[in-house]
Amino acid sequence: MKTFKIGGVHPNENKASANQPIEVVPVSKIVFIPVSQHLGNPAKPQVEKGDIVKTGQLIAKGDGFISANVHSSVSGKVLKVEEVIDYCGIRRQSIVIETTEDVWEESIDKSAQIITECTLTSEAIIEKINENGIVGLGGATFPSYVKYKIPEGKKPEFLIINGVECEPYLTADHRLMLEKSREIMVGITILMKGLKVNKAMIGIENNKPDAIAKLSSLTSEFPGITVHALKVKYPQGAEKQLIKALVNREVPSGKLPMEVGCVVQNVGTAFAVYEAIQKNKPLFERVVTVSGKLLSKPSNLLARVGTPITDLIEMAGGIPEDTGKIIIGGPMMGRAASIIEAPITKATSGILVMTTKESKRITPVSCIRCGKCITVCPMGLEPYLLAKLSEAQMWEEAEDDRIMDCMECGSCQFTCPSARPLVDYMRVGKNKVGQIIRNRKN
Amino acid sequence: MNLITVSGSPHLHGDQSVKKIMWGVVIAMLPAFFVSVWYFGIPALLTILVAIVTCLVAEYLMKRYILHEDASLSDGSAVITGMLLAFNVPSSLPWWQTMLGAIFAIGVAKIAFGGLGKNLFNPALVGRVFLLVSFPVNMTNWPVPTPNHWVLVDAVSGPTALGSLKESLAKGEMIDKISATLPSYQNMFMGQIGGSLGEVSAIAILLGGIYLLYRRIITWHIPVSYLLTVFAFTGIMYLVDPTHYIDPVFHILAGGLMLGAFFMATDMVTSPMTYKGMLVFGFGCGVLTVLIRLWGVYPEGVSFAILIMNATVPLINKGFKPKKFGEVRNG
Repeated sequence: MKTFKIGGVHPNENKASANQPIEVVPVSKIVFIPVSQHLGNPAKPQVEKGDIVKTGQLIAKGDGFISANVHSSVSGKVLKVEEVIDYCGIRRQSIVIETTEDVWEESIDKSAQIITECTLTSEAIIEKINENGIVGLGGATFPSYVKYKIPEGKKPEFLIINGVECEPYLTADHRLMLEKSREIMVGITILMKGLKVNKAMIGIENNKPDAIAKLSSLTSEFPGITVHALKVKYPQGAEKQLIKALVNREVPSGKLPMEVGCVVQNVGTAFAVYEAIQKNKPLFERVVTVSGKLLSKPSNLLARVGTPITDLIEMAGGIPEDTGKIIIGGPMMGRAASIIEAPITKATSGILVMTTKESKRITPVSCIRCGKCITVCPMGLEPYLLAKLSEAQMWEEAEDDRIMDCMECGSCQFTCPSARPLVDYMRVGKNKVGQIIRNRKN
Repeated sequence: MNLITVSGSPHLHGDQSVKKIMWGVVIAMLPAFFVSVWYFGIPALLTILVAIVTCLVAEYLMKRYILHEDASLSDGSAVITGMLLAFNVPSSLPWWQTMLGAIFAIGVAKIAFGGLGKNLFNPALVGRVFLLVSFPVNMTNWPVPTPNHWVLVDAVSGPTALGSLKESLAKGEMIDKISATLPSYQNMFMGQIGGSLGEVSAIAILLGGIYLLYRRIITWHIPVSYLLTVFAFTGIMYLVDPTHYIDPVFHILAGGLMLGAFFMATDMVTSPMTYKGMLVFGFGCGVLTVLIRLWGVYPEGVSFAILIMNATVPLINKGFKPKKFGEVRNG
């Protein structure tokens, strides 16, 4: 079975919510919609205090090339436009809306009917993706339309669709593939048209045989799309590792997938593209897995952007007594929340409730030079060395040993028998080395 | 709900720990331990106990009063050092010499470098070489193994297979004549030969080695490249001149090679970090072992070979880096 070649780990999958159909979260009384839910410049607010907005209305406009539009996820009255602290404790400009009856923009097609036909040109598709504020829903939230602005001299060959979902616990993409299979296939066909390629490959980890079967059964109706089962190995869903597994090409250090003729998009994004193009629906809601060993009802929830995290946990059975940590995203790469009343965004793929015991780190001991971190690093780096260089503030050496290639997947720290905080050192090192590189360019 | 914890990712940790690795190694040494007690009796047991206890006490005191650290011994590394040191000495070694070796191993080879993980050389081997140069007579006096022999004192002593081979060759005898005086391969495989405590039985060490591989505490790279190199090198010499060089199977089974290849060259702290580096390291150990065995003063070269290669590990780590993702041009 296909997979990437070097490194990788096998954390327990714990996909407790895999069989839970997607449920809709009721609209909250007040939502907080940050204007920066994507990589790049924050969007510019288009509404003021007191304005009445409809669901799907543009409320903040993308600012510059790498940025994305933000739409209202509810209808109601703008209470204020001010800085709200997000789940990490960072102040972000947000539009706070008090909701009334849920009235959607008239242009949005709310029917369940699946529209397969798309007559738009490539340029029109890309423009519509941009207008509807679509960003990569796998976690990086890179504005999607940018990926379709092909640089001079490059030629895309493959569209790669990421249905791997290699993070433990998370099942949002899995459920989406099962419940919105046809929509996803239409979305992929549209993206292929936008990219002007005739080959698309969907990569799915082999622990989701039902999703593989479901999408495979549709491939005869959608020419050019193939479905590939991939070995269960973390981080199979990392962009570079996925490309390696599917087309056996390695994206060079510091380069984008386009360098090897690929564009990678998450299945969730493909679904969002379907809704945007065929239903005129901007991206203002997404599926979020709410899971954890203590939760009475691990769930997959369709929630409006801006809904408080606590509301979602409530739907999954409420915050358990022994909660020690709440993670936004997956357990390998997600971030621990410090403010759990903060809103979910386009980037929120999961909410994990960890027990007190799971929340505590193991006390680190000396490195015993076992080399396991090297063995598991999917980028072929030497995490022990980079951590040491970072600790000793030897930035030039760290750069030479390719610290910037680290994607913080956490495989090294997960494996380390000495429980060393390797990724912490990587983050510090990457930050510093990144600064040095930027200064050199200026 | 109480306060919630905030920390950087990853939020999961695998089930590996230093403690589990170290105790895993101790378990892997048990077959060789039982074989040594079976053949060498109470003196073997006492030697092992003295070595382990001395290592533990030395580690505790030095960690506490020299390194000023938490003096916890639960990681099990001192037990390994003690056991391996005992495995590398004859059962007839006076107890106070075993103690000195253990103190030297922990003090000079480990604590002086900063403790677990920071030492350059394998502590047990440093202890052994220290004993070999300090007490050469006691360290080369080998009790003859007697199964199920429960007396306190070793009576008969004799040479090791490698020792008698070297002696006979020095006298100018031919291999076909010497072979008759050497132990059978079956005895060498099972362990009924003279030698250090833990090195005599190839099968017991192999069992432990398989366990280490199964638990993924070691990988195949070092033992295989080490043993293959010895086999190939001595094999070539055997083909060139079978009257003066004994066959490679003898070299694999004799002396401390198996123990060295599975338990000492594979010590994580003192061996290279990458697979490529491990292969080079095993190759180097093999070449040096054969050079010493065939043309050196000592009949056995495993300890010296591994210690010399230990010194090259930082260089190997620098020279043999893993292949980085995206380094190869796409065709």
